[in-house]
Amino acid sequence: MALFESLSDRMNHIFSKLRNKGKLTELEIKQAMREIRVALLEADVNYNVVKEFTAKVSEKALGEDILKSLTPAQQIVKIVNDELCALMGSTHQKLAVSDRQPTIYMMCGLQGAGKTTMCGKLVTYLKKQGKKVLLTACDIYRPAAIQQLKVVGNKAGTEVFEMGHIDPVKIAKGAIEYALKNGYDTVIIDTAGRLHIDEALMEELVNIKKAVNPTEILLVVDSMTGQDAVTVADTFNQSLDITGVIMTKLDGDTRGGAALSIKAVTGKPIKFNGTGEKMEDLEPFHPERMASRILGMGDVLTLIEKAQDAFSQEEALALQKKLKENSFTLDDYLKQLESMKKMGNMQDMMSMIPGMNASQLKDAKIDEKQLLHTKAIIQSMTLKERRNPDIIKSSQKKRIAKGSGTTIQEVNQLLKQFELTKDMMARMQKGGMKALRGMKGGFPF
Amino acid sequence: MGFFKKIAEGIKKTKDAFSKKLFFAFSARELDDEFYENLEEALLTADVGLTATENLIDELKDRAFKERIKKPEEAKELLRQIMIEDIDYDIPEYEYPLVILLSGVNGVGKTTAIGKLAHMFKEQGHSVVVAAADTFRAAASEQLEVWGDRAGVRVIRHNEGADPAAVVFDAISSAKARGNDVILVDTAGRLHNKKNLMAELQKICRVVDRELPEADFRKYLVLDATTGQNAVSQAQIFSEDIETDGIILTKLDGTAKGGVILAISDEIGLPVVYVGVGEKIDDLIPFDATDFINALL
Repeated sequence: MALFESLSDRMNHIFSKLRNKGKLTELEIKQAMREIRVALLEADVNYNVVKEFTAKVSEKALGEDILKSLTPAQQIVKIVNDELCALMGSTHQKLAVSDRQPTIYMMCGLQGAGKTTMCGKLVTYLKKQGKKVLLTACDIYRPAAIQQLKVVGNKAGTEVFEMGHIDPVKIAKGAIEYALKNGYDTVIIDTAGRLHIDEALMEELVNIKKAVNPTEILLVVDSMTGQDAVTVADTFNQSLDITGVIMTKLDGDTRGGAALSIKAVTGKPIKFNGTGEKMEDLEPFHPERMASRILGMGDVLTLIEKAQDAFSQEEALALQKKLKENSFTLDDYLKQLESMKKMGNMQDMMSMIPGMNASQLKDAKIDEKQLLHTKAIIQSMTLKERRNPDIIKSSQKKRIAKGSGTTIQEVNQLLKQFELTKDMMARMQKGGMKALRGMKGGFPF
Repeated sequence: MGFFKKIAEGIKKTKDAFSKKLFFAFSARELDDEFYENLEEALLTADVGLTATENLIDELKDRAFKERIKKPEEAKELLRQIMIEDIDYDIPEYEYPLVILLSGVNGVGKTTAIGKLAHMFKEQGHSVVVAAADTFRAAASEQLEVWGDRAGVRVIRHNEGADPAAVVFDAISSAKARGNDVILVDTAGRLHNKKNLMAELQKICRVVDRELPEADFRKYLVLDATTGQNAVSQAQIFSEDIETDGIILTKLDGTAKGGVILAISDEIGLPVVYVGVGEKIDDLIPFDATDFINALL
């Protein structure tokens, strides 16, 4: 996830300056605090939140024991980390489930925040947990909004309840009845985007809330929002008493400061973040992990979870065995590439590895097309060649290039990459992630 | 209704933190550190951004000193002038046939802006055709068709997932056949850091350049006024990748003031061309720097 990339870059820079010094003076700490302030403001963290944050950190950092400590820089990183966690809420907050059926999640937010897409992602997420989910179309204003939700519901594989363009309160009530009759245990209500200052439309949300009493009211916020994020979240919260926040579009290059401010101002936890265009691109929000990502300490836990999602235990064991016996073939290589793709964007994954920072990753982009070419090349080989690429000589290469619609250079490149990968995987077996750190840019995919 | 009135109406509806802070700053007795600190806070809160804010304040200090300005009231007038100068650009008149392409990240209001533009050009007596080149988002073409009906213009569309460049090609052929002089192109929302999607946008532009080389081709970036400093990055990358001519600033009817356009002007020099101030079909109006800053200060 590109999120916080440059914020973490800046923080890293600030901390590395501190680390180079043995002892810190009060002046140096103050200087660092000023730089932290600038970094946060440029990341769109709310002005007042920044003010409070730096005041708190300064106060703790200027405490006597830190100035005297032998590792003052580490201490300051720890303080900043703790305060960041506190700012975003300390632990991950799960979605509440109602004792009485059905559980109802109501989505709300400004126009264009990404509510409808998020509905589809939530369905996918909940279905994985074995829930039976009904989507409800309560956006009766935007042209073709119902149609959009239907397409999204179709992609996510669930039914969409709609009653056309009538009073959304009636639609919401109708949906609950329908869910009870047809055995749905969860209902998601998609509402129209609205400005927080539009009193009539805010009133409509309040009425839906009164009518169906949702288990959770989730405010969907675009992570690129600036200083106004706080006003928006605060107004929605005051009218509706929301229960949580979902951040969207975190796969852009936004520094996502809005995420930092919202919890501080509303006191309501961030529950999820959306990170892409696919229905699976939804991550539970873990404040402590996000804090360490901002500080450039990596997010190994999320990486492991993603890997677990993409590879089964057996697959992993089989791969390990193959590596040990040195029988890793081009077929396995292709399988690996495809599972990697399932895990998500390469850059996002790399950025979760401790010690890797964004600037090192700039060249490590994977081209989706490249993957297709690779697939074509491997599939143009005979089974024998796939098992033992050493037997591929120039006449075979010519044939493979022709068969896959690529060039001999591309075939050569692939074979070279395969060797490199094999080598790297063997190194990873021995030395863990550390072995990866030396590799700048040239990730062999 | 004029631009200023519409914005002023929006402001009245809200307890406007920014205006309050500015009022606070300008009601000080003299131009002291506290005055400048309050001013900095006000500008930062309006998303003007750190660099642009510092530049504005430096220039204000500099000119206030040279022009021997001592009173906050006069300083306000001076700041107003500086800010207007910063974002006032001469935008060349349209020539016809005209092609306008709207691009931007997801959810900024591109499709709605196309609907409003179609209405505007129709009212001016032009004959308009719209290319529904957002073939990615679910039901985007349907949404555009509703706008097309409202504005009374034709919409050229393909199925979901079709090649957007092909839609544009068809729209141009159709415009040639029927003698339309304005072609509006709606594109799918894309995050500017997605290389392949930006390449798709370049392809659409190549099709326009090739098929209608005589046209006046304008590429506008649609920006949501609530966006923070990321808007600078959006403007930067979109203008690098497809030589953007200007910005359409949408959703100015909320509490966000869109101060980030000062940062964009400061760093990239991209002018704002239109602003969106409401949900009705005539709520898109040409940008006026003086009105915008008057509403802001």
